[in-house]
Amino acid sequence: MARREAARLLRRLGPLAVESWTRGMPHSQHESANRIVNSCRRFHWIPSLQRPLCGPTTSGGIYEGQSSAKKACEVQKHTFGSAATHIQRNPAYSELNSDDVSYFKSILGENGVVQDEDRVAVANVDWMGKYSGASQLLLLPKNTTEVSKILSYCNTRRLAVVPQGGNTGLVGGSVPVYDEVIVGLSGMDKIISFDNVNGILTCEAGCVLENLSNFVENEGFIMPLDLGAKGSCHIGGNVSTNAGGLRFIRYGSLHGSVLGLEVVLADGTILDMLTTLRKDNTGYDLKHLFIGSEGSLGVVTKISVLTPAKLPSTNVAFLSCNDYKSCQKLLLAARRSLGEILSAFEFMDHHCIDLAMRHLEGVHNPLPASPYKFYVLIEITGSDESYDKTKLEAFLLRSMEDGLVADGVIAQDISQASNFWRIREGISEASVKVGAVYKYDLSIPVEKLYDIVEEMRCRLGDSAEVLGYGHLGDGNLHLNIVSSKYDDNTLERIEPFVYEWTSAQRGSISAEHGLGLMKAEKIHYSKSPEAVQLMASIKKLLDPNSILNPYKVLPQSVL
Amino acid sequence: MKILVAVKRVVDYAVKVRVRPDRTGVETANVKMSMNPFCEIAVEEALRLREAGAAAEVVAATVGPAQSADTLRTALAMGADRAVHVLHDQDPARPLLPLAVAKILRAVALQEKPDLVILGKQAIDDDCNQTGQMLAGLLQWPQGTFASKIILDTEKQKATVEREVDGGIESICLDLPAVITTDLRLNQPRYATLPNIMKAKSKVIKKIAPEDLGVDIRSDMEVIEVNEPPKRKAGVILSSVDELLDKLKNEARVL
Repeated sequence: MARREAARLLRRLGPLAVESWTRGMPHSQHESANRIVNSCRRFHWIPSLQRPLCGPTTSGGIYEGQSSAKKACEVQKHTFGSAATHIQRNPAYSELNSDDVSYFKSILGENGVVQDEDRVAVANVDWMGKYSGASQLLLLPKNTTEVSKILSYCNTRRLAVVPQGGNTGLVGGSVPVYDEVIVGLSGMDKIISFDNVNGILTCEAGCVLENLSNFVENEGFIMPLDLGAKGSCHIGGNVSTNAGGLRFIRYGSLHGSVLGLEVVLADGTILDMLTTLRKDNTGYDLKHLFIGSEGSLGVVTKISVLTPAKLPSTNVAFLSCNDYKSCQKLLLAARRSLGEILSAFEFMDHHCIDLAMRHLEGVHNPLPASPYKFYVLIEITGSDESYDKTKLEAFLLRSMEDGLVADGVIAQDISQASNFWRIREGISEASVKVGAVYKYDLSIPVEKLYDIVEEMRCRLGDSAEVLGYGHLGDGNLHLNIVSSKYDDNTLERIEPFVYEWTSAQRGSISAEHGLGLMKAEKIHYSKSPEAVQLMASIKKLLDPNSILNPYKVLPQSVL
Repeated sequence: MKILVAVKRVVDYAVKVRVRPDRTGVETANVKMSMNPFCEIAVEEALRLREAGAAAEVVAATVGPAQSADTLRTALAMGADRAVHVLHDQDPARPLLPLAVAKILRAVALQEKPDLVILGKQAIDDDCNQTGQMLAGLLQWPQGTFASKIILDTEKQKATVEREVDGGIESICLDLPAVITTDLRLNQPRYATLPNIMKAKSKVIKKIAPEDLGVDIRSDMEVIEVNEPPKRKAGVILSSVDELLDKLKNEARVL
C-alpha cells in the first residue's frame, strides 16, 4: 500500500539516532536496519580541548587528529562538561605508533582498522555534538577473541581505549577525550540464539536495539527497554550504561532483565558469565558490576536478556493537565486504577510541545484547542483490547470529573498512538535543532520534581528556554535548557546550582544517563565518599592500568 | 441534510500482516483492528460538513461482526450522531464482497434517506475500490470518487468534488443525493477527545440483520487458499557479459 510504504519511509528518514517511533500495539512496526549513523549527523566541530602537547608529535603515517578538527563544518564554541576543560591528558598513557597499527592490522585485518579521517572523525564526536575527542584510530573487532587481543595488547602497551556502541550517549561517555583508541563494536551484531518458550535472547553487544526489537517481536516478545535512540543504540551500550527508557515503569531496570554477560576485562581476560538461567545464586553476582559501569570496568561483548511476552493490546492516551499537582495525582490514580496494565507514564510541559511542533516534521498537536500547562502520555498494555480500553476510558473520564485532567484524546489506531509517542520521543531531537542544549537528567522525589524547572526559569530569565519533561512514573526529570548557542555565562547559572539543588533533595544527578565525562567529577552530589572509595578500589582491581574509558565516571582524585 | 458514512473494521494499517498457518486467510486473532484509514477520512469529512452547517446529522454505518461495534464507537467518539450496525459474522472462506456490502448499504440508505453517502475509496484489507461505485450504481445516484476536496451547495443541492486522477485533479459537479468516496489528501482525521468519548456512550447504535433489510448476501466467491507472495530470491552479481547471456539463455530462458 503506497500509504504504508510512504509512512514507513518517512519514519525511517527521521534524523539520526533518535527517531523511529514505534508505539502502540504490536510494536511490529520497526523496520530493519535503521542505523542512520553517518548520513544525517549534524556536526558541531569543536576545536580540540585544551591539552598540552605531550611529547613530540607522533611518528609518520599517523594521522594527526587536530587538523581534522580544524576542517570545521560548523565551529561551535563549546562549554559544559566542566570536567572537560580541567582534565589534562594523563601522560602515563602511551601514544599510538605505527607498530601498534600494524599489530592491530595483523589481528583484525585491513578492514578492522580504520584510520580514514572522515570515519574516525565521526566516531570522535558524540550525538549531541558536545564532546569531541582526537582519536586517530578506530578498531572494529568482529568477535570476542579479537576484542580480547586488542585489550590485552593495549593493556601491555598502556594505550587508553574507549569502547563505543551506538554513540548515542548524552554525557560524553562514548567518545574519546584525547587520543584514546576507539573500539567500536558495530561489527559484532549477531543474534546468537533465542529461546522462544522462555523469551531469553542471547546476542552480541553490537546489535542495534531496534533490530533486536523487530526480531523478538516477530517471535511474540518485546525488549524490556525502549528509548528514543533505539534506531542507533547498541544493546551492549544499553547494558553498560544501565539504560532506563520508556518501559522502565513496567519492566524495570536492566539489572533485573539481564541474565548473563560475556565481558572482556582490561587485561584481555574473557569473563564468560553468559548464563540463560533465571535463578542462579552461586557466588557473587558479578554481572551487576558491569551493568552501568559505562565501559570503565570491562567491555561487554555478549548479552543474554529476558524478554517479556508481547501483549496484544496497547492503548495510548494523550492528556492535558492544568498544573503539576494534577499530574502527580494523576500518576497516583493511574497506579491504582490501571496498576497492572500501566506501561508508560510520561509528562512534558507546554514548552516541550511548542518546541516539538516547531521543529519536528509530520507531527501535529493532538490537543490544539487551548494552551495547557502540562501534558501527560499514558500507555497501557494488556491482553484484552476492549477490556483495557474500557478500563482506560473509565479511568480517564473519572479523572476528568475529578478535575485532574483538563482534556485528552485516546488513540484510535496505531498511527495515532505513534504520533503521540513521536512528540514525546522527539523532544530531545527538537531541542538539538534549536542550537545548544544543556541536558540534565535528575531523579527527584515526585512532589518536588517540577520545582527545579521553575527555579531554573527564574535564574535564566529570557536567556534560555527551560524544558521539563520525563518519566514521571519513575520520578525522573529530563531538564533541558535550550538556547541558540553554548556560552559560559549560561552554564555558570545552571551549574553547580542544579546539582546542589538535587543533592539537597537527596536525588540523583544522573537518573539514567550515567556520569560519562560530563558528570565525572560530580558523583559526590549523590554518593557518599566511602562508596566512591570502594568504587575506586574496584576500578583499580579490574583495570590497574586504567586503560578503559579514562577520565570518566569516577573523579580523578580517587583514582 | 443527513450524511451517511460507511466505515469498515480492518486490520490496523501499521500491523505486519501474516497468513494463518492453515492458509485459510490472514491472521486476525490477537491482531490490532481499527477503522479503515480512508473511512476515518470519510467520517472526518462528514463531521466537517456538519460543522460548516451544510449538514444536520451524521450517521455512521458498518457491516460486520459484533466487534465492529468498536469501529462505530470510534466514529461516534469522533462526533457522529448515530450509528447503524448491520450484523454479519465473517466466514473467512466466503468473505463479504463489495457487491453484497453495496446492496446492504443501499438498503440502509433507502431507510435512512441521506442526501450524501461518503465512503473511503477502498479498504486496506482487500483493496477492492468497488463498494462506493457499486453503491452509486445500485442507487442510481451520481458518484464522485477519489475526492480530494468536497464543496457542498445545499441551496442548489449540488456537490462539487475535486477528484485525484492519474492526469491530475478533475473537478466535477454532482446533483445530490450522491455517493462520494474519499482519498488520502482530503483531510486529516481528528482524534477522539475525552469529552466526545463520554458523549458517545449515550449515542444510539441500531442493530440490524441483513435479512431484515431484505438483502441476499450469499457470496458467489469462495476463498480456497491464501498464500504469502513468494520470497524474493537474492540477486546474483555476475562477472561478465558472457555469464549474463548464459544465465539469460539457460536459467531464465528468455533468450
